[in-house]
Amino acid sequence: MVTPPPIRTANSTSLQHMSNDSRLKVLDATMKRHQYQQDALIEILHKAQELFGYLGNDLLLYIAYHLKLPPSHVYGVATFYHLFSLTPKGIHRCVVCIGTACYVKGAAALLSAVEQCAQIHPGETTADDQLSFSTARCLGACGIAPAVVFDGNVCGHQTPELVCDRLQTFLAQR
Amino acid sequence: MDFPELLAIANQERQSQKAIRIRCCVAAGCLSSNSLVVKERLEIAVTEAGLVDCVKVSGVGCMRLCCQGPLVQVDDSTQSEGVGILYKAVTPDHAPAIVSTLQSLAAPESPYLQQADLRHPFFTQQQAIVLENSGIIDPERIESYIAAEGYHALHHVLREMSSNQVINEIMRSGLRGRGGAGYPTGLKWATVAKAMSPQGEALRTANHKFVVCNADEGDPGAFMDRSILESDPHRVLEGMAIAAYAIGASQGYIYIRAEYPLAIQRLQIAIHQAQKLGLLGSRVFDSPFDFRIDLRMGAGAYVCGEETALMASIEGKRGIPSPRPPYPAERGLWGFPTLINNVETFANVPPIIRKGADWYASIGTEKSKGTKVFALAGKIRNTGLIEVPMGTTIRQIVEEMGGGVSAGGVAKAVQTGGPSGGCIPASAFDTPVDYESLTQLGSIMGSGGMIVMDQSTRMVDVAHYFMEFCRDESCGKCIPCRVGTVQLYQLLSKIREGKATPADLDLLEELCDMVKYTSLCGLGQSAPNPVLSTLRYFRNEYEALMMNSNES
Repeated sequence: MVTPPPIRTANSTSLQHMSNDSRLKVLDATMKRHQYQQDALIEILHKAQELFGYLGNDLLLYIAYHLKLPPSHVYGVATFYHLFSLTPKGIHRCVVCIGTACYVKGAAALLSAVEQCAQIHPGETTADDQLSFSTARCLGACGIAPAVVFDGNVCGHQTPELVCDRLQTFLAQR
Repeated sequence: MDFPELLAIANQERQSQKAIRIRCCVAAGCLSSNSLVVKERLEIAVTEAGLVDCVKVSGVGCMRLCCQGPLVQVDDSTQSEGVGILYKAVTPDHAPAIVSTLQSLAAPESPYLQQADLRHPFFTQQQAIVLENSGIIDPERIESYIAAEGYHALHHVLREMSSNQVINEIMRSGLRGRGGAGYPTGLKWATVAKAMSPQGEALRTANHKFVVCNADEGDPGAFMDRSILESDPHRVLEGMAIAAYAIGASQGYIYIRAEYPLAIQRLQIAIHQAQKLGLLGSRVFDSPFDFRIDLRMGAGAYVCGEETALMASIEGKRGIPSPRPPYPAERGLWGFPTLINNVETFANVPPIIRKGADWYASIGTEKSKGTKVFALAGKIRNTGLIEVPMGTTIRQIVEEMGGGVSAGGVAKAVQTGGPSGGCIPASAFDTPVDYESLTQLGSIMGSGGMIVMDQSTRMVDVAHYFMEFCRDESCGKCIPCRVGTVQLYQLLSKIREGKATPADLDLLEELCDMVKYTSLCGLGQSAPNPVLSTLRYFRNEYEALMMNSNES
């Protein structure tokens, strides 16, 4: 019988078993609800990312062990899909939609506004972990294009000024 | 659950209706403009005005005119006018004003309440089949759907029809796949119904099949499927159950993008409610028919809209396509025959059964029957959802219904079919919208996104934009797509920067052909379409960017 690999927290380098972490208990319950079915891997990765914010290597190993899947398979799936992140995200999120409707209505100006305002490129996080910036392929909110998602809230009819104002409130919290 | 019980639920729901109904849109577009607060404030205002006995406020699905949200419609059955009043751009503070107009029985003349014109072609030229309940019923209450004749078709099919009769009915209706390719739905059902499961798997029953609903609406600029699922989720479940009965499946999956959290939530509620009433699960309507539906979430991979990639993703693997044949109809999920249809296709099934194939076949053109839902967006006045009969011209959609290009511009082109489609120039706007006509123009029907572009949009930029999309979304399995899209993207960048020569343009065309004819799956095969169609109609824009013309 193989023992499960230890889990490390994001901010500690020392091996620290987190079996008391309540988030792991939720993850265990999710895997159990899916009867440890290997085809439920994507659902379980979604849950893990929701709980931990990102999919660290230890977390991926933990899931691989419980679903009896090769770690390479789990890593392959986690890296294939855009929504899974293998690195920690900032406290605030800003997602600029670059779907066709938003593109036609000036999403490019919003992108450069965020880049100037926060000094980061899509896919990056500010050095102080305050803000993560990314793009989306289409939120299906074309009726209110151009759209930007701030911390999970979709905001329509955005302008570079509106976006910058909003980002300033995030960045001011440093 | 039996039929009298179903009718009893419908009756009870109808009787609980009140004289005046205030419907507030709670689909994603309006929700992000704060419509949930609007609904709460309306409820408070109704209570404060002491009108609880005669006014009911309900949250409903999409009311079409998404750009003017939040939308609130007031219907007063005591007034004979027939058409209600649709308020646009409602804020929470408008709620008391709207309710006070009910009391005074006068036409609302409040200066800050804006009304949308329900007699505008945007509304009057629509023909609702798929969206018949959208904006009318409460998507989170199954009773509301049952009162609108929901699950009647499923009951009829289970009690009165054999599976062959169901397939024949769908075949006669002329329904074609709404995901883009337009394969005849009845034919697909017949193929899966005939297919035999692989033998020798001891644990599985001899004839195991699956029904899959493709709700991975990845085309940027398309939001029809999202709206259908958010506004009328039970319709899709009913369509899937009818399909399952026809082909002999007992398990269904809905593969839905994780980018649509509200649609996921409403589907979960709908599945739960249907199971509770015995409309899904074991012994549906006390018949021997069992059918369960599970949700499977995507994780942001465009290629998973391709059916073989979608199946790999449902199995928990990387969403990489595999060569066809074998088609999913023969060997699909875990090797078993699988029927894959799009959301809108399933949503068309219950009305076809309810009203008959002949009725459905009388709508549309000779080869494309029924209606199609389009998501109208881009540089256009009325952005939103429209459902029109097949054969409606693009001009009618853009200029009459859409109200023309916003801010006084002139329409230059309409992009249909997303990254797999093309740009249709303004000169071809009199083309009727059906599968064949759009293909002839070098575009495709696609899932139904329609993005209007005006003179300020440069077509080389559009081609560049879509190629960047395909380059990023290529799964990397086959070389023509993996390498070809990168090379095409670099060539387009070069042209855009004015560094290209006419020889590069020839190379671009040659490479487009290569990628188109040698790629493994639909993504690669259609990736060059935006380039080819813009080259066909707007070649002058490419040529104007050539190095030589810059020097002159």
